[in-house]
Amino acid sequence: MEAVLAVVIGGLYAAGMYLMVRRSIVKMIFGLALLGNAANLLIFTVGRLVRGRPPHIPADGVLPSIPTADPVPQALILTAIVIGFGVQAFALVLIKRVYQTVGSDDQDEMVTENQGQGSGVKGQESQRQEQEQGQGSGVKGQGGEA
Amino acid sequence: MHSIILATAIRLLLPLMLLFSLFLLLRGHNEPGGGFVGGLVVAAAFALYTLAHGAHEGRRMLRIDPLRLVAIGLLIALCSGLLPLLAGLPFLTGLWSSLPAPVIGHAGTPLLFDLGVYLLVAGMALLIIFTLMEES
Amino acid sequence: MKNLLFFPLIIPLAAAVLGLLAWNQRKLQRWIGIGATALLTLVSGILLVQVQQHGIITAQAGNWPAPFGITLVADLFSSLMLVGTGIMGLCVTVYSLADTDQHQESVGYHPLLQVLLLGVCGSFLTGDLFNLYVWFEVMLIASFVLLALGGQREQMEGAIKYVALNLIASALLLAGIGLLYGVTGTLNMAHLALRMQELDHTGTIPVIAALLFCAFSIKAAVFPFYFWLPASYHTPPIAVVTIFSALLSKVGIYVLIRVFTLIFPQEALAGQPLILLAAGLTMLFGALGAVAQPELRRLLAFCVISQIGYLLMGLGVFTSLALAGSIFFMLHIMAAKSALFLVTGVVARKAGTSWLPELGGLYQRFPLLAVLFLLPALSVAGIPPLSGFWGKLALVQAGLQAEQYLIVAAALGVSVLTLYYLVHAWIQLFWKPRPADAAELRSLTPQRRRQLLGPALGLTLVSVLLGLLPEPLFRLCSAAAEQLLQPQSYIEAVLGVIR
Repeated sequence: MEAVLAVVIGGLYAAGMYLMVRRSIVKMIFGLALLGNAANLLIFTVGRLVRGRPPHIPADGVLPSIPTADPVPQALILTAIVIGFGVQAFALVLIKRVYQTVGSDDQDEMVTENQGQGSGVKGQESQRQEQEQGQGSGVKGQGGEA
Repeated sequence: MHSIILATAIRLLLPLMLLFSLFLLLRGHNEPGGGFVGGLVVAAAFALYTLAHGAHEGRRMLRIDPLRLVAIGLLIALCSGLLPLLAGLPFLTGLWSSLPAPVIGHAGTPLLFDLGVYLLVAGMALLIIFTLMEES
Repeated sequence: MKNLLFFPLIIPLAAAVLGLLAWNQRKLQRWIGIGATALLTLVSGILLVQVQQHGIITAQAGNWPAPFGITLVADLFSSLMLVGTGIMGLCVTVYSLADTDQHQESVGYHPLLQVLLLGVCGSFLTGDLFNLYVWFEVMLIASFVLLALGGQREQMEGAIKYVALNLIASALLLAGIGLLYGVTGTLNMAHLALRMQELDHTGTIPVIAALLFCAFSIKAAVFPFYFWLPASYHTPPIAVVTIFSALLSKVGIYVLIRVFTLIFPQEALAGQPLILLAAGLTMLFGALGAVAQPELRRLLAFCVISQIGYLLMGLGVFTSLALAGSIFFMLHIMAAKSALFLVTGVVARKAGTSWLPELGGLYQRFPLLAVLFLLPALSVAGIPPLSGFWGKLALVQAGLQAEQYLIVAAALGVSVLTLYYLVHAWIQLFWKPRPADAAELRSLTPQRRRQLLGPALGLTLVSVLLGLLPEPLFRLCSAAAEQLLQPQSYIEAVLGVIR
């Protein structure tokens, strides 16, 4: 069973890495999710695979009567899954926002580095000043970021 | 996308799911269940309602701003951790009442913590769902 | 007294909760932020004094005994870093009173800042490897949102790169922790250190050490992994960048030093050439990037990378003096580099741009600003009576004692480059005649001026004072380094006396 899982983990890592180097941001997020799952599965396998033996300790003993799987890795995975859920939810909101501002999910389209002298940063500064002057303008719809 | 089946079913499902989430929450401190799944069930119930009637109606049904729910949940969880500090014990130590309460068995600060998690998770998930649905 | 250890976590968390409850009340949120960071500084200071007097303090969250529960540990290194965190948090919160606009505050800027501080304090205090991962994620999620606040196009580009690379680091870290658990059966850092002394260091253990090194290096922006930093640091509000540069990458270095002195000292020695190579190249490439930059904020972002190299050098040389130098340098760079960033923010606010070719002649109008930029700049470059000099001196001395001449040469050469590009930037900002087509300068209200310049002034004073009187702090740093190199005291403080 370990061998099968090892192959699956390797496959997940490979697929995750492949997706991450694609130009599409959506695929990149999928890649990140796969990497997270691969790591979780790795921890699961490391915790030894035993079937149908819950780690119960008999009422009068101090050790489980039969060898059982270690519950700690499973607790770790649970935590990691929850954290991954939060991060991926944020990433989804982020790529949605990116798609709205850039109008494409191609990372090459997003590059703003070589826009001549400072238009980017200058624009941003002045925009911020403007925002400050026009106080109280609509700020709805940002709540998802929090 | 208005589905009459979903709209009718959710009227019955919503209270049922909320009750079930409370059951999960109270059961959680020594059996499978707990604040996290409970909160997710709450979020699922309101998400279904939102699917049937739209984000605006969903928010109205929830009555309270999900962000506030998150804040209250965090506050309750934090308080459950602070209580043992008053007794001179480390942060987050479980304090149990010796009286067996009906339904939930022994009550204690872990239950309070779970309640905080319950509200937090429900609020957070709904916050994300409402935001995404309002934008699309 | 032990419960004091929980307060650096409780204070930011409580402040974040209160800030969330006071969602639309800007004023209240601001006061909560300032109160909480001031309190955090105070508590950290008390903690430092306690640790200095009584040795390492530990506390068990939930009263579960180590190694089963989550342990919090404060030794000299972590409490020094906590004090730095408190001071930086306070300075940045005061600065953001004037720097953030209504929009940023209405999407939760202040509570998010507190969550970020919570993650940083947690990472400094935790004695459990998986708990460290959790704190890293707390920090990351807060930083993601802070980075994307505002939603401008450039910010999006930076945020995507930051998110992607940091999530890869998290996946690597998670895999490393999982494998380490598989080998040793524990996650408590003190217990891990103990188990490592018993185990044979072949096979998977060096691989795990390498995985963790890569993961922390991405977070710290060490040489082959630093690309996310210049891509993202020039876009968000300057207060956010200041707290990122002062704390986030330093957490990466802190954890590298902690893990490699406590758990993997053998691997740190075996990998010494590689760590030193990474340190040298980080310094060099950061400095070269900064030399080529015509935009002040990007220049400072590359400068951050370059200084990370010095911090890593201390770990690479791996002697008591070198680690003490690293710790001193870390505290110095928090103050000096942040002062630079804050002054840059003021310049950008007054002139409307941070492109060096479009700036000039500011000395005539703002002589105080010129001094406030020059002093930390010289300090970062390592000019004698300022704080940077002593950190570099200790590192170079340690390098010479350990006969690592190449890294010493790199450190000295990069210092010259640093001096060149920072002074060059200063000349372009303040000395060069003002270009004819430059935009009109904006003036600030007196209150805003105080809020913007107060923190910069305070941090500059810290840097100057540390330069004039380095002795007390340096003695503390040396004691912290001694503690790091003798993990036995750490292990005993966590697990009790070993039979």
